[in-house]
Amino acid sequence: MSSISVPGAVPVPESRKERENYLNIQHTVASWLLTLDHKRIAILYLLGITFMFAIGGAAAAGIRIALVRPHDTFFSNEVYNKLFSIHGIVMVFFFLVPSIPAVFGNFALPLMIGARDVAFPRLNLLSWYLYMTGSFLMLLAIIFGGVDTGWTFYTPYSSVYSDTNVSLVIFGVFIAGFSSIATGVNFLVTIHKMRAPGMTWFRMPLFVWAMYATSIIMILGTPVVAITLFLVAMERIFGFCVFNPVCGGDPLLFEHLFWFYSHPAVYIMILPSMGVVSEVIACFSRKRIFGYEFVGFSSLAIALLGFLVWGHHMFVTGESMYSGMVFSLISFLIAVPSAIKVFNWSATLYKGNVWLSAPMIYALGFIGLFTIGGLTGLYLASLAVDVHLNMTYFVVAHFHYVMVGGAIFGFMAALHFWWPKMTGRLYPESWAKLAALIMFIGFNLTFFPQFILGYLGMPRRYHYYLPEYQAWNILSSAGASVLAVGYIIPFCYLLWSLFKGAPAGNNPWGAVGLEWTLPSPPPSHNYDEVPIVTWEAYDYEPVIQAELAGAAVSHPLMTTEEPYIKETE
Amino acid sequence: MELPIIPPAASTFANEVDHIFYTLVGLTIFFTTLVFCLLIVFVVRYHRGSKANRANRSFGNLPVELTWSIIPGIIGLVIFAWSARPYAEAYNPPADAQEILVIGKRWMWHLQHADSGIRENNELHIPVGKAIKLTMISQDVIHGFYVPAFRVKRDCLPGYYNTVWFIPTKVGKYPFYCTEYCGTNHSKMGGFVYVMTPADYLQWKENGGNMEVAHRETAAERGYDLFNKYGCANCHASEDGVHGPTLNGLYGSKVVLQNGQTVTVDDNFIRQSIVNPDSVRVAGYPPLMQAYSVGDGPGQLSEEEILELIAYIKSLGGQNLRTLKTTTSSATQPSKGAGGK
Repeated sequence: MSSISVPGAVPVPESRKERENYLNIQHTVASWLLTLDHKRIAILYLLGITFMFAIGGAAAAGIRIALVRPHDTFFSNEVYNKLFSIHGIVMVFFFLVPSIPAVFGNFALPLMIGARDVAFPRLNLLSWYLYMTGSFLMLLAIIFGGVDTGWTFYTPYSSVYSDTNVSLVIFGVFIAGFSSIATGVNFLVTIHKMRAPGMTWFRMPLFVWAMYATSIIMILGTPVVAITLFLVAMERIFGFCVFNPVCGGDPLLFEHLFWFYSHPAVYIMILPSMGVVSEVIACFSRKRIFGYEFVGFSSLAIALLGFLVWGHHMFVTGESMYSGMVFSLISFLIAVPSAIKVFNWSATLYKGNVWLSAPMIYALGFIGLFTIGGLTGLYLASLAVDVHLNMTYFVVAHFHYVMVGGAIFGFMAALHFWWPKMTGRLYPESWAKLAALIMFIGFNLTFFPQFILGYLGMPRRYHYYLPEYQAWNILSSAGASVLAVGYIIPFCYLLWSLFKGAPAGNNPWGAVGLEWTLPSPPPSHNYDEVPIVTWEAYDYEPVIQAELAGAAVSHPLMTTEEPYIKETE
Repeated sequence: MELPIIPPAASTFANEVDHIFYTLVGLTIFFTTLVFCLLIVFVVRYHRGSKANRANRSFGNLPVELTWSIIPGIIGLVIFAWSARPYAEAYNPPADAQEILVIGKRWMWHLQHADSGIRENNELHIPVGKAIKLTMISQDVIHGFYVPAFRVKRDCLPGYYNTVWFIPTKVGKYPFYCTEYCGTNHSKMGGFVYVMTPADYLQWKENGGNMEVAHRETAAERGYDLFNKYGCANCHASEDGVHGPTLNGLYGSKVVLQNGQTVTVDDNFIRQSIVNPDSVRVAGYPPLMQAYSVGDGPGQLSEEEILELIAYIKSLGGQNLRTLKTTTSSATQPSKGAGGK
């Protein structure tokens, strides 16, 4: 039974529905919990991070509810401090850091390079268990009363003074960190050693370049935060003297060690989204990304420069003004590769054949919001201005623009772009576009007022504020409720699509890429025959020429079994 | 409901910071509009089905790439340099800046005017137009002192003095906040800075501030009392340097430590000499000095007391120092000179 009632589409043969794929090949719980298939691991991760996102989102709701009133708010000080701490820790370590790499890196990366799996499938499964263990410990900590140190765990507050479940949370983050490291190792080796014959470095999709750069950061940076938090726990539990000045320790040492990871960590969160945007912009412009080499190298440049800027979180700590200047200078320089990407994506649209699908809307939203988020980072890189804006709501607005407007919009683009491939189902396009619009509006309404609040001087992590700031806070909270609707709608229709969505076919988007030559959902082993690649990345010329000549313009859905890529002669 | 957008600008730094800030706002508006317009125009013009000219599609252009890399890079470097200057200036307080000692602790601010000894809690009264230098330390966790109207902020660290200075330019009442999360009452840890006309400030000082006019002493005079009370005078009062190094003329000079390192005697050095003398022992002296414990208990030195001791030691003369003047009109003590006899 074909459920597509679309003019010009090829009806889906009945036999397709029974075809064996990675989802239906085995149904037991054990076959999922002991799977070595990167695609199943990706789904397992998707379930895990979605749950943690809900926890972090609930904490955010609590924060915005509390901030509707300048004083006499709904929560006690202790609860409020726990809410923002839990929100930050969960969202950073248990949602954003794994998100795109663990879900879409795992699912799509091997497919995109023509591989049958990642280099180390067992390590991959272990990484999921490490993530789930870390998440479980975090949940335990929340149930046992939460943590109130902020996601930055500054000492000596976290190592000596806080009487919340700091060590338990640290244990959870520590273990989850190894999940990151394992994922990074796996991807690096996979990209180096498992590309299909003929897929040279410069024929790789830009998403693969982005995952490579991200993996470098994961491997080099995560061990530092793991050890640093471990030292905090040692000081806390055993009284080791590391950061507590009373016994000769140095609280600023913690800040250096923490930010040495946590600044590159933000590039772990944004680079994968940038990779997704490259894929989606190319596909829905029907055009190779403009300046492919520049975009690919800019990912590496961001990864490397990202390790040299951590001191810009410490401009007001009293460190040497010369070190402040070096960090400020490099922080300005790191804006250049990001600017290169934004301009190259924009140039890709020029003379393309643009299809405004839901993934494309999210990708375009990314570019606009990341531009604002990235530019506002320059205010914070700027020494004298940062003195005023540091630790205010300006910083909160800045990082939410890049992490939500950037990273999460990229995640949503990836989710909608690869949903048909992962599930074999199409989601309802109109609902998706509506949700994207609601998310865009809700997001800006939530976070733009926070730039103003920051400039006015409202500090972050503040439960109480001056009464004259209330209007902006109410606006922000109203925006948050709209944003929440924007998140709930996709959850509903994506779930719905699993049961009622139209069958997707190999290539509903007419995309160019090895993953789109496979059935949706793909078979467990991916490729019957490993493809031999003889064409460049983003070879959309045949597609755009066909479309400009009048083919498939009236309706985009292509449900043919024909692979779009020419296979080996 | 009010919709404030621009905070008051009430210090010399504030104006410089605001100039850079508004330039950045202009750049943000420019580039954001540029990107949004490019995206919207291209999406509309080249939407599938449109009759736009798509001939000669291009996939790369080196001059274009270099242009849009180099121009933003140069703009960034210019902003960097422009912003670095006031930042560097903030690290160099003028020698005649009026010093305020600041102790942050969970969850209040305790301040002392070094020149008059007036103490304030969660308030700071200062005269307009005069350089003010804050010397700050925390008694527990990291705090931060932030006056939005002055565009001034500095972390208040435990175990280490941080200083920040500014010149207020407008009379008024400006909030200040703790700006480094410090626990339960972090968002209630703040107060107001009262910038007064010189005449009003003098009047306020004459009246001993808002606290009862008790025993009026400058910080240095209090330091002298502590110097004797805690037995420092036993070894450090003599000028022959036999029992302990003389402190006359010490502040600001360079000393050679046991490990061969040469350091400048500043506030942090003196504090370390008191709380952990072995770590900064001067070459030639045996490890005889006890470490003083810091805290509020009996026999312990509070952070405020350490600051007062430092103020006294500064008054014993030294490099780059303004001469200590007791400006309180009702001072009954003779001014404490060198040697503390």
